[in-house]
Amino acid sequence: MTRTVLVALLGHWRRRPVQFVTLILGLALATALWSGVQAINAEARQSYDRAAAAVGGDGAAYLTGPNGTALAFGDYVALRKAGWRVAPLMEGWVETPNGRVRLLGFDPLTPPPASAAAVAVLSGNADGFLDGEGQLLAHPTTADRLSGAPGLPPVRPVEALAPGLAFADITIAARLLETTDLTRLILLPAQPLRRPALADVLPLAERRTRETAEDLGRLTDSFHLNLTAFGLLSFAVGLFIVNGAIGLAFEQRRPLFRTLRAIGVPGSTLVVLLAVELLLFALVAGAIGIALGYLIAAVLLPDVAATLRGLYGATVEGALTLSPVWWLGGLAVAVLGTAVAGAQALWKLARLPVLAGAQPRAWARVSRSERWRQAALAAGLAIIAVVLALSGGGLLAGFALLGTLLIAAALALPPVLAGALALGASFARRPLTEWFWADTRQQLPGLSLALMALLLALAANIGVGTMVQSFRATFTGWLDQRLASEIYVSLEDAADLPRLETFLDGRVSAILPIWDTERDVLGAPAEIFGVVDHPTYRDNWPMLDAVPDVWGTLFATPSVLINEQLARREDLGPGDSLPLPDGPPVTIAGIYSDYGNPRGQVIIDNTRLLQRFDDIDQRRFGLRVASEAVGPLRDDLIEDFGLPPDNIVDQAALKAFSLEVFERTFAVTGALNVLTLGVAGLAILTSLLTLAAMRLPQLAPVWAMGLTRKRLAGLEMLRALLLAVLTFLAAIPVGLVLAWVLLAVINVDAFGWRLPMLLFPKDWISLLILSLLAAGLAALWPALRLARIPPADLIRVFAHER
Amino acid sequence: MLIANDITKHFPGDAGPVIVLDRVSFRIDSGETVALTGESGSGKSTLLHIVAGLEPADQGEVTILDRPLSGLGDKARAAIRRETLGIVFQQFNLIPSLTVQGNIAFQARLAGQYDPAWTARLTECLGLKDHESKYPEALSGGQQQRVAIGRALAGRPALVLADEPTGNLDEDTATAVMDLLVELAAETDAAVLMVTHSDKLASRMSRRLHLSHGRLKA
Repeated sequence: MTRTVLVALLGHWRRRPVQFVTLILGLALATALWSGVQAINAEARQSYDRAAAAVGGDGAAYLTGPNGTALAFGDYVALRKAGWRVAPLMEGWVETPNGRVRLLGFDPLTPPPASAAAVAVLSGNADGFLDGEGQLLAHPTTADRLSGAPGLPPVRPVEALAPGLAFADITIAARLLETTDLTRLILLPAQPLRRPALADVLPLAERRTRETAEDLGRLTDSFHLNLTAFGLLSFAVGLFIVNGAIGLAFEQRRPLFRTLRAIGVPGSTLVVLLAVELLLFALVAGAIGIALGYLIAAVLLPDVAATLRGLYGATVEGALTLSPVWWLGGLAVAVLGTAVAGAQALWKLARLPVLAGAQPRAWARVSRSERWRQAALAAGLAIIAVVLALSGGGLLAGFALLGTLLIAAALALPPVLAGALALGASFARRPLTEWFWADTRQQLPGLSLALMALLLALAANIGVGTMVQSFRATFTGWLDQRLASEIYVSLEDAADLPRLETFLDGRVSAILPIWDTERDVLGAPAEIFGVVDHPTYRDNWPMLDAVPDVWGTLFATPSVLINEQLARREDLGPGDSLPLPDGPPVTIAGIYSDYGNPRGQVIIDNTRLLQRFDDIDQRRFGLRVASEAVGPLRDDLIEDFGLPPDNIVDQAALKAFSLEVFERTFAVTGALNVLTLGVAGLAILTSLLTLAAMRLPQLAPVWAMGLTRKRLAGLEMLRALLLAVLTFLAAIPVGLVLAWVLLAVINVDAFGWRLPMLLFPKDWISLLILSLLAAGLAALWPALRLARIPPADLIRVFAHER
Repeated sequence: MLIANDITKHFPGDAGPVIVLDRVSFRIDSGETVALTGESGSGKSTLLHIVAGLEPADQGEVTILDRPLSGLGDKARAAIRRETLGIVFQQFNLIPSLTVQGNIAFQARLAGQYDPAWTARLTECLGLKDHESKYPEALSGGQQQRVAIGRALAGRPALVLADEPTGNLDEDTATAVMDLLVELAAETDAAVLMVTHSDKLASRMSRRLHLSHGRLKA
């Protein structure tokens, strides 16, 4: 019996191939976007973990000098003699023709715990690593960059290592980095119980916990959460399609259910078999979706990798290596999505009276009371969103706010559209226009899921677009202010400064030192920059908040400027006191914007910087010069002064690089925007195709009364476009609120800085055209079918029971 | 008013084309009421659809008010339907998005032949005065069919075509609805061609055409 019943149930889909394709495609797309995003996230997290595991396990404790400075080799010896079990680690950069690579030197005999590099050495042939000129270990992609670089030992590729890092025996690293200082001493897990206190052996040493994958994860969390939110949005849009297809198939098969029940098939068997049917579909669509998801991830991953590198300095490989868990997860999501989308239909079937009649048209209707319920639910969610906006804090609360807001907007759409259509109808004076408005209103319930999907896609586009454009406008202006010097040079040796000054005398209007150091400020690493008193800063530096005569105050008193990130994180403002290492606290004179920097930053008078800290890198300078003299000066610096070309960066190149990082950062968001809009367009297409069959009984009488099929098809097109326009209008306020949440809540929590919200109505026009195109294309096929429908099909409406 | 001349129609069948109408000819004058009867599958509805210009004949000619339908494009045939014909379907086929009043006036307004006084009288006569603002789904079958009749007559068409208009109604309601149709059509001097299975209803018409195996019998 089971087989017979299943065959009868599946026969429905054989007769309705479009509906079947709709269902599979909707589910496959939903799974694809979700799995694609998850694949990207998984790949990134794997890279973070590898980076952490390369030099020691997550959360390994370590020792540094005061304020995170390096330790002398003698300190290591002292600790070992005192019985402390520590693994020395030396870090620095090596230059290659293909860019810099971070070099980590360690002792393979006392390796850091859970170090992938140490495992690679100890499990393989250690001879080459320790002997002679030594050996570098690196991820294959990094090994490619290192190979051929002059002065470096041979490179051995090791798959398990994080990209962007190279590992060497500590003596080889010392030679390459020209230092004997140790960046840190990693505390090994098993320490002798009777060992002297750290303060007795190294009084100035500080005990810290490594910046681990967890830290990088925290920094990049917002980015991944953004991607996940997009994936979830696309998944939800896809589920709208699936829900519609399942719901309709259920209503269409009611006579079959009735017959099957009447001839003795138990209701429970029917429910189980329908669930089996859905499971089969979920597995097929899931497999297609996973394959598509893999493609999406493969296409987007290079941009994501660039984004993560640009924003957080996190290195992610550009190629996908996915685990079976991901594949199974994709299938599970497809099954779960189908279960969610089909639950209502199965529940109804379980409670269906044996002789219940078919109501395929009722499927596309909704009662007025239901519409009110929907509106009330939307209002309730909107109130929750307001409460979250006023009281919530943190990223998760921000995303909860976004979710609540979007669901509320989606639920409110059908009542809003119904109101707009009623208003339109009140202005109609001609019979055809009256019918058009009334009929459009009648179609609303059948199209509302697709229109909700369109609303979400459009609102996401407007919201994210506003954010990106606000960011772009602010960032470009900010770059113009911050990168005021025309040329940036980096000396090979700080001792070359007098020669540089002599060389530049009369050629530049100013030489501005860009000297800095790194210290912990209020418990977190921060950059401390020195500035000299010059109009370049006074005229251009972008201040958010400051005491009066901020520059005068900065140079006349022991005060500093801090970036917005640090100010927000520590809740600091102008006039507050800031404890700064290596000296007494200072007063905050101003707060400046510092987009794209995840860390805290402090600016201090250059003289005070040199007085306070003794490890200042004094090799970098900004040169002020007339723009037409940039090229000749650059050439002279290379040819006459002898600076390597890599040590000179002109402002235009730096801006271009920064903007390129920016563009790539949001390329992924743009791609996901388009994909989501595409899925929404598909949702409209499938809804229109589904409705097309049900529309015939409504259209046939109008045709019989004297309207041509072409005219009717034209009106159907017009209807789709009208609904798209109305949905677009509804999406504008939703998108702007979304943009506000992104800029004022999510970004502040995620990045530590807030952007001004700027409006770009021209972009909305392009989006409107795009949404009209999506709706028009979606409506084109059903409309063409209607225009060419054989009259016999319309006549059949008058002859058969529907 | 209506002249059907030598109408022939085939439908494709498993063993080649099946002839549904075989050289059918007849004529209906203004004000005349004609019943078209015949067994199931005899081609009654097909003939009605061809007369309405909803479906083309394979051969023969239909002329309405001296205008031959053959050779006319979709647009011109639609215009004839809109301005000259009133059609009543068995399934009522009302427009669900319009109220009773909207449905009745719809075709007349579409054709530019809307007469509010006549529409009001139709509504009154059809017993729909109290239901004007209701939507079709709130009406009984008999009420819906009366709306369909009102819609067919509101534009004062020259010819009313009715395809088993009372097929879904009980006998008493069917008789009452039929009487209303004939009575109101007479007021506008409209001709009526009605497909019916019912001898009782056919007997209320001025003439009867009987189709059998695609041919008209006397």
